Amino acid sequence: MKLTRREFIIGGAASMCVAGLGAALDRFAPQKPAPGSIRGANSATGHKLRGGGLPAPSKVLRKEVVIVGGGIAGLAAGYRLHKSGCRDFQLLELEHMVGGNSASGRNEVSAYPWGAHYVPLLTEEATEVRQLFEELGVITGYDDAGRPLYNDYYLCADPHERLYRYGRWQDGLIPALGVGAEEEAQYKRFFDFMESLKNRKGSDGKRLFAIPVDKSSQDEEWLKLDEITMAEWMAREGYDSPHLCWYVNYCCRDDYGATMAETSAWAGLHYFASRNGTASNAEPGDVITWPEGNGWIASKLAEPLESRITTGALVHAVTDQGDHVTVDYWDQATHRSTRIIARTVVVATPRFVASRLMQSETRDFSTDGFSWSPWAVANVTLSKLPSGKGAPLSWDNVVYGSPLLGFVVATHQIPQMRPLKTVLTCYWPLSHLDPADARKEALRRSHAEWRQIFLKELLKVHPELDGHVEQVDVWVWGHAMIRPTRGFLWGDARKQALRQQPPIFTAHSDLSGISIFEEACTHGVRAAGQVLAYLGIPSRSQA
Amino acid sequence: MAPLLLVSVFVIATCGLVYELIAGTLASYLLGDSVTQFSTVIGCYLFAMGIGSWLTRYVTKNLLGFFITVEILVGLVGGCSAAVLFVLFEHVYSFRLLLYGIVTVIGILVGFEIPLLLQILKDRLEFKDLVSKVFSFDYIGALFASILFPMVLVPYLGLVRSGFLFGILNTLVALLVIYLIKDEVPARRLHKLSAFATLMALLLGFVYSETITSLSETSTYQGNIIYARSSPYQRIVLTRQAEDVRLYLNGNLQFSSVDEYRYHEALVHPVMSALDSTSRVLIIGGGDGLALREVLKYPSVQSVTLVDLDPAMTELFSSNEMLLALNQRSLLSPKLTIHNADAFLWLKELQAKNSRPRFDAIIIDLPDPSNFSVGKLYSITFFRLLRSVMDQNSIAVVQSTSPLVARKSFWCVNKTLEAAGFFTAPYHAYVPSFGEWGYVIASPRPYQRPASYPGGLRYLSVETADEMFHFPMDMARVETKIQRLDNQALIHYFDDEWSKYLIY
Repeated sequence: MKLTRREFIIGGAASMCVAGLGAALDRFAPQKPAPGSIRGANSATGHKLRGGGLPAPSKVLRKEVVIVGGGIAGLAAGYRLHKSGCRDFQLLELEHMVGGNSASGRNEVSAYPWGAHYVPLLTEEATEVRQLFEELGVITGYDDAGRPLYNDYYLCADPHERLYRYGRWQDGLIPALGVGAEEEAQYKRFFDFMESLKNRKGSDGKRLFAIPVDKSSQDEEWLKLDEITMAEWMAREGYDSPHLCWYVNYCCRDDYGATMAETSAWAGLHYFASRNGTASNAEPGDVITWPEGNGWIASKLAEPLESRITTGALVHAVTDQGDHVTVDYWDQATHRSTRIIARTVVVATPRFVASRLMQSETRDFSTDGFSWSPWAVANVTLSKLPSGKGAPLSWDNVVYGSPLLGFVVATHQIPQMRPLKTVLTCYWPLSHLDPADARKEALRRSHAEWRQIFLKELLKVHPELDGHVEQVDVWVWGHAMIRPTRGFLWGDARKQALRQQPPIFTAHSDLSGISIFEEACTHGVRAAGQVLAYLGIPSRSQA
Repeated sequence: MAPLLLVSVFVIATCGLVYELIAGTLASYLLGDSVTQFSTVIGCYLFAMGIGSWLTRYVTKNLLGFFITVEILVGLVGGCSAAVLFVLFEHVYSFRLLLYGIVTVIGILVGFEIPLLLQILKDRLEFKDLVSKVFSFDYIGALFASILFPMVLVPYLGLVRSGFLFGILNTLVALLVIYLIKDEVPARRLHKLSAFATLMALLLGFVYSETITSLSETSTYQGNIIYARSSPYQRIVLTRQAEDVRLYLNGNLQFSSVDEYRYHEALVHPVMSALDSTSRVLIIGGGDGLALREVLKYPSVQSVTLVDLDPAMTELFSSNEMLLALNQRSLLSPKLTIHNADAFLWLKELQAKNSRPRFDAIIIDLPDPSNFSVGKLYSITFFRLLRSVMDQNSIAVVQSTSPLVARKSFWCVNKTLEAAGFFTAPYHAYVPSFGEWGYVIASPRPYQRPASYPGGLRYLSVETADEMFHFPMDMARVETKIQRLDNQALIHYFDDEWSKYLIY
């Protein structure tokens, strides 16, 4: 074989390329897509409620109390009953695990949350939660000034948050780079105002914005803010800084799954002005969290309940029979229905579920005025830690202008030097459409579509993770959060829903209009107290 | 024309040898083991030259044009070789593949040169004369290069810039031929264009070579790299300059063999000598075995537990003969148990056990608190964990960065230990390669200084200790926050203080 000059040069160039790039070539080879699956609230089984045709009960049990729903409200109610010595109850949960919005998962890399994943330092008003946190060892004591001491391991580890803008990560979530003097001035005015609201009291001597919400001042002057949206309030007060508006909108989506144009101004202000918790060993504004998020609390609440929890139980009727209540449920495993005859029942389900369960002409469990935002959450398992220019990897990593809220590092709370693998929990409130449309769109998408959507957002800011994604699991929440839309928090629908009608009690954060742990827990504890009173058992705490 | 072509022989011979030396030196720098590297690079290069020479038989027409092309290509590939190898070192999957690939390409191209010139000149000179002249110039060029390389090129220009310089010379040879032998070369314009483009590229490389090298880590080290390896946790680099062997982790100096005895004597003996009898010792970090070497000077020691995250460190320091000589084979001691684990999680697990061990002495020899990861091991939470494996008489010591450069950082460690419930005894020592260095002793009871130290120490004595425990005004205590997991104040102090210092 004779080489022509041309061939020789081409050959030379080619061998250069092979030498230089050969090793890198495998990066361009087609990669197998990361495996994973779609998880989600059991809507298929849930929809049987609508379809009807469930078998009549073939077994009858008797219990003092039945709790329907094993989210935080139901678990807190059960935990409180247990602690008060009331042991004759059954908690029925549709899913295969309890926790509700505080669901969590675990793989060989880490435990990770599927939903709610932190609790801010407690406000003074959150007495029910405080007691629980003392019992669970989250609060380990108090200093001389009366400030709680939180368990070191549960306080969110440093660094907390970073924000991606202009190809760089900055510390904290409030946009700093390229913000002009005029915008800075708006920042200052806005945050100073919110700070001043934190300990401001209304005409009735209560804090304007409290957690739980129902301990807030009923000063009409401030409740009026519920009648306008947060966007309208921002405009009215002259806040037009695009960066500030992004941040406020981000916060509304974060806590309510709704944009600031949909969120009531009272709720919007509540986000910034309610959290005044302090701690002896943490800064104001800190949060407590665990690798599995609030799933940690859920499992602690469930621990003492043991066999009194029945999972996979689709409750299809709760009927007030005068001197007792019957609860009929269908067991997903045996495909048989059971009736429990109870003296009293706590319905700790979302409002739209409660309204289908209650079979009574005289009771109003209407869902008028209630609306829920759908969310998608992905847990992405990585064989490499994300990096990036600027601020180091933090607990919460937010991308400016992204439809996603951010990526939360599940291994962040494990006090190790540097894990080699991690799981990122990616939160996506589907607020781009009206909730019903967004829900439909979300439930239609396949796992492959979701994986592509989430990875596109992730790899945009972390191209270095390409080829290091081991698994992508997705959870679609059809009804993730109650939305505090205009007029909802202080309107009639919620007032109506809060009214208790023994022997059936209700407990859920839907009743607060704000989907946070403290609200759900407070309602659960309140309902447990009402049950105990109804049964004539003194409400006491015992180990 | 013939004399000029003979000058070209001299130039290309010099260039050829320089590329070979660059590749060999770079390989020794980056991969260590210079004998192997030079031997394989030279072998590969000579073999590739043979391939090139053999291939010239297929070049039958337009010899000059082909020669010009070869010169431009050698200039380009050889000229950029050092820069490419440096910059891609950390980024390619197999550095050796890249290295031998480049060496082979240069070798083949250089292998073309002399046979081609012989063919070109064969009609212009008599055969005897031709062979003797060409090879004389070739060998003179080689001698010149071999002297120039270590005396001038490496010390004054550096490898990357030398590469570009000789690439430029190769390209100039091509241009020389293009301009001198106008008529005999077809496609002259194309040759001219590519020669000038290459020349420009190499000139740019020559001018900006500092920027290029700064992209590569090797520029951060003084001395030759004799070992470099990325473990999943860190980059481990050993350098050597004369008798000075230095260890760098992620680019930060961990010790210099010339003065590490000062650091390690000061770290270990104030604790060990203060104890009546020490039988159980825990070392956290210290995978180099140097603190352990000092610990093993006490015959009362029955067992030592060493917890270092990175198995690559403990393996390196228990297998390499030079390093074993440095740590006096401490890592091979039968008294030693090594746990390659995260110290925080390891201690947390231990604490959860009912029958957890108690250590008489704990030596904490971790990297400086320069990031949030290692910062956890300086937190109050971690120090409280330490307390759970100590009894009333135990003593611990924490290496605590420089109290002179990072005064707040140092006193922050001290304050955090106090807040964790310890009595503290801060002290400092001068270690030339580090500067003024600080340590904090922590114990459940107030610390009493030892009345004597073991024989055979080179730095520490009772008199030296008097100075060590005294803090001059410029290092005296300052008020600081406590290092907590949820708010790593220490990392901010450290970052702030060292970044100011490094400006000078």
